[in-house]
Amino acid sequence: MAELTTHTGGGPALDAATLAKDFPLLSRKVNGRPITYLDSAASSQRPSAVLDAMREYDETTHANVHRGVYGIAEEATRRFEAARTNVGRFIGAPAPSREVVFTKNATEALNLVAHSWGRSNLERGDVVVLTEMEHHANIVPWHMLAAERGIELRWLPIDDDGQLVLDDLDAVLDGAKVLAVTCMSNVLGTLNPVAELAARAHAAGALVVADACQAVPHLPTDVSALGVDLLAFSAHKMLGPTGIGVLWGREELLQSMPPFLGGGEMILDVRKDGFTPNDIPWRFEAGTPPITEAVGLGVAVDYLRAVGMDAVRAHEISLTSYALDALRDRFGADIRIFGPQAAEDRGGVLSFAFRDVHPHDISQILDEYGVCVRAGHHCAKPLMRRLGVNATARASFALYNDERDVDTLVEALDAAGKFFG
Amino acid sequence: MPGLEDLYREIILDHYRSPRNRGELESPPAVRVEGFNPLCGDEIVVTIDVEDDVLADIKIAGTGCSISQSSASLMSAAVKGKSLAEVRELIGTFRQMMSIHESTLPSDGAGGGSSEAAEPQAIDIDALGELAALQGVVKFPVRIKCATLSWNTLTQGLDEAGVPA
Ligand SMILES: Cc1ncc(COP(=O)(O)O)c(C=O)c1O
Repeated sequence: MAELTTHTGGGPALDAATLAKDFPLLSRKVNGRPITYLDSAASSQRPSAVLDAMREYDETTHANVHRGVYGIAEEATRRFEAARTNVGRFIGAPAPSREVVFTKNATEALNLVAHSWGRSNLERGDVVVLTEMEHHANIVPWHMLAAERGIELRWLPIDDDGQLVLDDLDAVLDGAKVLAVTCMSNVLGTLNPVAELAARAHAAGALVVADACQAVPHLPTDVSALGVDLLAFSAHKMLGPTGIGVLWGREELLQSMPPFLGGGEMILDVRKDGFTPNDIPWRFEAGTPPITEAVGLGVAVDYLRAVGMDAVRAHEISLTSYALDALRDRFGADIRIFGPQAAEDRGGVLSFAFRDVHPHDISQILDEYGVCVRAGHHCAKPLMRRLGVNATARASFALYNDERDVDTLVEALDAAGKFFG
Repeated sequence: MPGLEDLYREIILDHYRSPRNRGELESPPAVRVEGFNPLCGDEIVVTIDVEDDVLADIKIAGTGCSISQSSASLMSAAVKGKSLAEVRELIGTFRQMMSIHESTLPSDGAGGGSSEAAEPQAIDIDALGELAALQGVVKFPVRIKCATLSWNTLTQGLDEAGVPA
């Protein structure tokens, strides 16, 4: 890693207000007020660099990738594959050009795992271990396999602080074939000890699948250090476009996996009596891939790298800490913030209950103040049940948010409280 | 941009703060139906007593936002003691008030809330009484599902009770 001047998080501090100027959407108004965008956990905004690069590619270089002989087809292929390698390097992939599979989103990446690896390795009675804080994207594909194959799902519980309870970990992992775990909860912000979990799961003989949707955009992420086997994330949460996601997998593991979808690109040969699948990673990329989006994702990665993921993390810790203090100071017992209570133990995601005002109503009033927060179950219904709520309101940060955004949130929440008296 | 006062009328806030007909009737004999709003996880339980051709009693349980809770409360007050034919008609009128925008929303398949994309007919707002306060909800399309949840659940209850549509 590059030499860094030392600040709280080990990286150079970032200036969120300056960075925010790179994001055209953040200059718009909502209901006559400057937008306060606090929903980056659902989808982040994109800097001009990403938007411009996609447009420039479309205007100058676009052609279908692979097998094109003419110049721009070759150029398009080169840019598509360069984006792949760039993304691979960003997450510390040992073989970046072969281990990064482009999918539609993280959801498709996780479905790919359950479908391809799951169907060729899991049989009736086999155990898949999940956690109570998983997103539906890391639950439902396993449920579908359970319905089809009769596999058993086991759940690692959480405690009242939103941390995984690991006391019985070895018992839960005993005989398990898969551990599928999120690196960071999209509701609680909890940062799971993935490296430790992976080591214990491997000792028990289980494959480790990580959902890194909330980690890659906000924390330095190194697949080798994490020690996981497969890892999924989406471009649209990391300053990139929608329509493209990533499955990273260890090279030998991907080699052993059968194709997911069938069609063009994913074959070496097709005969009347069958087909020969392509090499990795193309084996898992049936049909024309999201080429413009890959170019955009590559530039999003460049942007994050230039800011520095250590700086991003340090900034989000300090902003989260500021927000926790501001909300508690102003609202005291009227606000219940879910998840770990110390900023260092969590990402920049704050789910809360405010008095007995329903999250929908909170979000509606906040919108009046230009404040965008999400209200709902956040695709984590088992977690909602564990928390004993139907829904929460959730404010989430990215590198372009600063303390003024938090102040606006606090003022708007105060107004919501007064409105519902 | 419509203002918040279009959405949160005084009557709505009143029914939200002091909901009418809260609770559950003993079932059986009451018919009990649960409704879900998959968008937000809100749940509602409607129990009804049908006697001869009258909706003799109704109770509402569950949790939800101010719009879904007040809509349910307003509905319970409006339909209690009415003839079944009147109840069906009121549901129709209410749906019409909401459906102008609902028909443009993707159906989530919950509780048969989709509406035939017919030309919006003139609605007899007077017939809706206090319910007309919910009119402003159509200006906030994402909240329409909140307002219609209890009505769709009641419809399901009437169907289960064998009340002709
Ligand atoms: C933790 C987590 N996993 C998975 C997903 C699914 O991402 P996508 O909808 O891009 O497939 C999300 C985002 O909603 C998420 O936060």
